[in-house]
Amino acid sequence: MLYREAGQFKASYQQDQAIFPITQDKIGIAALLAFFFLVVPFIANQYWLQAVLIPVLIFSLAAIGLNILTGYCGQLSLGSAAFMAVGAFGTYNFMLRIDGMPFLVAIVLGGLCAAAVGVLFGLPSLRIKGFYLAVATLAAQFFIVWVLVKFGWFSNYSSSGVITAQRVSILGMEFRSPEMKYLLTLSIVTVLALLAKNMVRSSTGRKWMAVRDMDVAAEVIGIRLMRTKLQAFAISSFYCGVAGALYAYMYLGTVEPDGFNLELSFKILFMIIIGGVASIMGSFIGAAFIVLLPVFLNVVMHTSVGAFIPANLAANLELIIFGGLIIFFLIVEPHGIARLWQLAKEKLRLWPFPH
Amino acid sequence: MTFFFEVLIGGLLSGVLYALVALGFVLIFKASGVFNFAQGAMVFFAALTFVGFTEVLPGWTGLAPGSSAVFWLAFMLALSSMIVLGIATEKVVLRPLVNQPPITLFMATIGLTFFVEGLAQGIWGTNVRGLNLGIDDEPVMWLLDNHNMLISKFDVIAAGIALVLFVTLAILFQYTKVGRALRAVADDHQAALSVGIPLKHIWAIVWGVAGFVALVAGLIWGARNGVQFALTYTALKALPVLILGGFTSVPGAIIGGLIIGASEKLAEVYLGGYVGGGIEGWFPYILAMLFLLVRPEGLFGERHIDRV
Repeated sequence: MLYREAGQFKASYQQDQAIFPITQDKIGIAALLAFFFLVVPFIANQYWLQAVLIPVLIFSLAAIGLNILTGYCGQLSLGSAAFMAVGAFGTYNFMLRIDGMPFLVAIVLGGLCAAAVGVLFGLPSLRIKGFYLAVATLAAQFFIVWVLVKFGWFSNYSSSGVITAQRVSILGMEFRSPEMKYLLTLSIVTVLALLAKNMVRSSTGRKWMAVRDMDVAAEVIGIRLMRTKLQAFAISSFYCGVAGALYAYMYLGTVEPDGFNLELSFKILFMIIIGGVASIMGSFIGAAFIVLLPVFLNVVMHTSVGAFIPANLAANLELIIFGGLIIFFLIVEPHGIARLWQLAKEKLRLWPFPH
Repeated sequence: MTFFFEVLIGGLLSGVLYALVALGFVLIFKASGVFNFAQGAMVFFAALTFVGFTEVLPGWTGLAPGSSAVFWLAFMLALSSMIVLGIATEKVVLRPLVNQPPITLFMATIGLTFFVEGLAQGIWGTNVRGLNLGIDDEPVMWLLDNHNMLISKFDVIAAGIALVLFVTLAILFQYTKVGRALRAVADDHQAALSVGIPLKHIWAIVWGVAGFVALVAGLIWGARNGVQFALTYTALKALPVLILGGFTSVPGAIIGGLIIGASEKLAEVYLGGYVGGGIEGWFPYILAMLFLLVRPEGLFGERHIDRV
């Protein structure tokens, strides 16, 4: 009853092309944003902000980045963490080496560095497809991390390549408390997510999807493969780069190159698979799921039945449950949790009638 | 020059071991089109299960620890666990995911990786264990005396075992009824099904064989570096081997393994000095990537023809 588009007429092209064409969606998104911007900072405690909400937001951004490349453009990548590393170290160096560099500009520049590296490692995609490409992106993963460890210049010659994020201030405001950090992260992620949502609805996004569905056919109808694929690599790496910078500055504070390892890349891949491939909302759901699942398992392991299990076994039990859940989700809903939401929406539109 | 050959032969021998892990990938990819990321975890599981059984069997059966009876009993038990694991994977994980895109299957095997790693350590514990196959890790004396080369006897014997395994599998594939059926399935699922080849049985057999290969690889790697969690990373080393040789070619896996093994050791020794070392970690991947630019389907992979 509540969720129905009947009676909402579109009288102009502008209305037809609106990012959220249905009024209920508009209200829903506005309410959601208002809740996360205005209510959450006051009700959430330090632990929730610092250990849950900020990482979820940052990983969502990285997942959106990977989703653009893998979900929309169909180029499987196992190197997202490396692109995050480029963003983080790029931002660090811009902040370090240029006096009075504004943080937001540094983040964008760091993202652009990641985009450039992404294009470089995207070049093989013009000839290599599928799993072969996945292994080629592994080259990026190992090579970039090695470069950041080996060449001290990137980490300002600190021992073992660890960098400590500089203090962040924008227009004289210091971003030190978890609330402020959360708000800054949320703002950046919101802007970039809306941008991505718009991008995938535009001709850019449709070209990506055409290439994903069948690149030869896309080429035949006049889409330039090289440009489209490299564009996807650049934009995806930009998102990952910004996420990496936020990961260093807003979440951890100190990072080392080895923190951006293959495991992190896999984590991001899990997020988009569980959340939903080719879905911006799915990226958020997936990130929340992957961040919260270990927390949840941990709590269960230490409270109820789990209290009787030795700690050693509990850690492995977590692994088993984590792996089992991923397989379970893939079998039950291979299109991710976002698909469930979509199905629910379709049902809601028709409710109370079955057809 | 002696040093060059020493490095080259050492690299080739470890390349054979990479090929051993890659072989497990190729078998499964050929037969079921699944890129089985869990192969590394299976290697770990196999080695840990074997060592675990050699530890507990003397207590259960009263056999003398370290006797050959314990060895073979543990080997058979580990082998049956691998076959059970393989068949269970096929039935529980992959059967419900038939007809899903390859990336979904790939993700499922990553999930499987976590599961198998957790299972192995949950049952046998997380300690690093030694594994003694009764082969000494000492230089081959004849080579040391006559050519002044330092080649480990263990590596030579391990490579020999691997080669025997390759030849056995090749014969199995080429001259037996099951092998013929396997090749038919690898060629075309539907055509194989239509001439009456039981696809399900074939898949079960392939996963069983892959489990066996994982066990052999696990024993050799485990005896070399100790049975520990790092064994799972051998799977990552097998990936460049795979792309070099092509995902669908058994000889490709072997030759790819040899190339990767030799070139990574040579690169580390001769190029590593210029950039500060540690290039072994990424050199195979970059090499494989550059190689792919020339031949996108690998050395022996099937040429891909796109139709609109």
